[in-house]
Amino acid sequence: MTDRLFSALIWCAAVLVVASLAWVLADVAVKGVSHLSWSFLLAEPLDAGRSGGIATILVSTLLILLVALLASVPLGLAVAVWLAEFTRRQQVFAATTRLSLDVLAGVPSIVYGLFGNAFFCVFLGLGFSILSGGLTLACMILPVFIRTCESGLSAVTDDWRKGAAALGMTRTTAVWHILLPAASPAIVAGLILGVGRATAETAALIFTSGYVDRMPEALTDSGRALAVHIYDLSMNVTGGDAAAYASALTLIMLIVVLNTLAQAATDHWFSRRVSTS
Amino acid sequence: MFRWHIDRQVAGTLAMLAAFSAVMLFLMLVFLLMEAWPVLAEGGWRAFFSHDSWYPLEGQFGLTPMIWASIAITVGAIMLAVPLGVACAVFIHFYSPKLMLKGFRLVLSLMAGIPSVVYGLWGLTELVPLIAELQPPGASMLAAILVLTLMILPTVAVTSAAALAGIPKDILAGGAALGFSDRRTIISLALPAARTGIWGGVLLAMARALGETMAVLMVAGNVVQNPSGLFEPVRALTANIALEMAYATDTHRAGLFTSGLLLTLLVLILAWLAARMTVEPAND
Repeated sequence: MTDRLFSALIWCAAVLVVASLAWVLADVAVKGVSHLSWSFLLAEPLDAGRSGGIATILVSTLLILLVALLASVPLGLAVAVWLAEFTRRQQVFAATTRLSLDVLAGVPSIVYGLFGNAFFCVFLGLGFSILSGGLTLACMILPVFIRTCESGLSAVTDDWRKGAAALGMTRTTAVWHILLPAASPAIVAGLILGVGRATAETAALIFTSGYVDRMPEALTDSGRALAVHIYDLSMNVTGGDAAAYASALTLIMLIVVLNTLAQAATDHWFSRRVSTS
Repeated sequence: MFRWHIDRQVAGTLAMLAAFSAVMLFLMLVFLLMEAWPVLAEGGWRAFFSHDSWYPLEGQFGLTPMIWASIAITVGAIMLAVPLGVACAVFIHFYSPKLMLKGFRLVLSLMAGIPSVVYGLWGLTELVPLIAELQPPGASMLAAILVLTLMILPTVAVTSAAALAGIPKDILAGGAALGFSDRRTIISLALPAARTGIWGGVLLAMARALGETMAVLMVAGNVVQNPSGLFEPVRALTANIALEMAYATDTHRAGLFTSGLLLTLLVLILAWLAARMTVEPAND
């Protein structure tokens, strides 16, 4: 009897978890769909976002994301390659870098916001701008991206390294033509993780990229990210719930689309390289 | 170490970039400390614990109510998420039909991927009115605990599942040989064998709960007071920073940065403990 009770409890827990997710997703989908339309996506927000659309906010979101990725992906790949291929495991400098990255990965996003505000906005004089917000997010996603790519590179079998060396390839050529393509699943995973976190981030952006919902004209303008828009509509704007739900649905769809794009782009890039080399 | 000239050049360049990224941690601590210095230097931090409440504009800097609120919300969420998460891990390993397994894992990763602001929005429009029907005002510690539970549950479930997957098959076979039922095998063999990994996941989840800002900010009510009941509104440390950073100046701003430092310290201790926990099983 107790055995049956136990397995019933386990099944209940699983069902409860699935049901809660279904509740959240269904809530967003149902309330979001009724307000979502092409004109909502393509119009500028009016009346603090109660009416109109989210065109300017989408542009700001994508610009912030672009800045974050342009700053973090090349740097992250370089550091991951260095850690995995150009150092010995015991080397003190490499170990220190790993430790500091792991520590950074645990820092809450709101603290990145504080740092971004003090460093990019005030110290570097960038003010509340898309650049400040994007660079803050770059700092935030860099540690996890580096560690994911590094573990992907380390997981590539040593035979390939030896084969490359036996063919007289430089280590640089081996990394570029063999090891990075071989580690592409891990790189995609890191990229998706980073894109997901950066697109969803709110706390770190409120006081780095700011609240302004006009169309940004330059990277030094303040721009409101989609997640910040949802927060503002639901907390500070009475009667903004419908628009908030439509924005939330857009945000979730945006994350799905970006994940698919990241996957496709990386597949395309790496598959071409492997076959021609 | 390298035969080719180009490799030496590339290694040098990459090492410089790595140094740049490692320095970021240092830079971050320096800037947090610099901004917090006006408060720390004058011994003003004592005010955080001696003043009763937080009225920064009138010079009252008592952080204790918010520290207690953060801790209470985190502990509450952990108390709900750990049994549920571990049960999910057990479900994955012992109960789930093969066909459902992939779907259930997808559910967990979707849960982890939903933006915190969306959880906050859902909590604010669905959960808070429900709680308000039980007992107003609705925006309360309970709402924050429930929303956070959903957010940290995937962390607990996924790490526990990994820990369960890592236990030696002999242990489970031993249970079967002794004629244990599934329940006995799980409770007295599998879970104890996986306990370090599970604890690691719990600590990670705790760190996430403590550092979470938006969802808590949106549903907890944000009244600065010592947490006295599940239905009382409270304000967490993280929510306080998000609410007041926009207009804080001078000592007030320094106070917020100090609370950020404090928060970082708490989270890092938890992360460090979690890292120690997850490494240990190798020695067992």
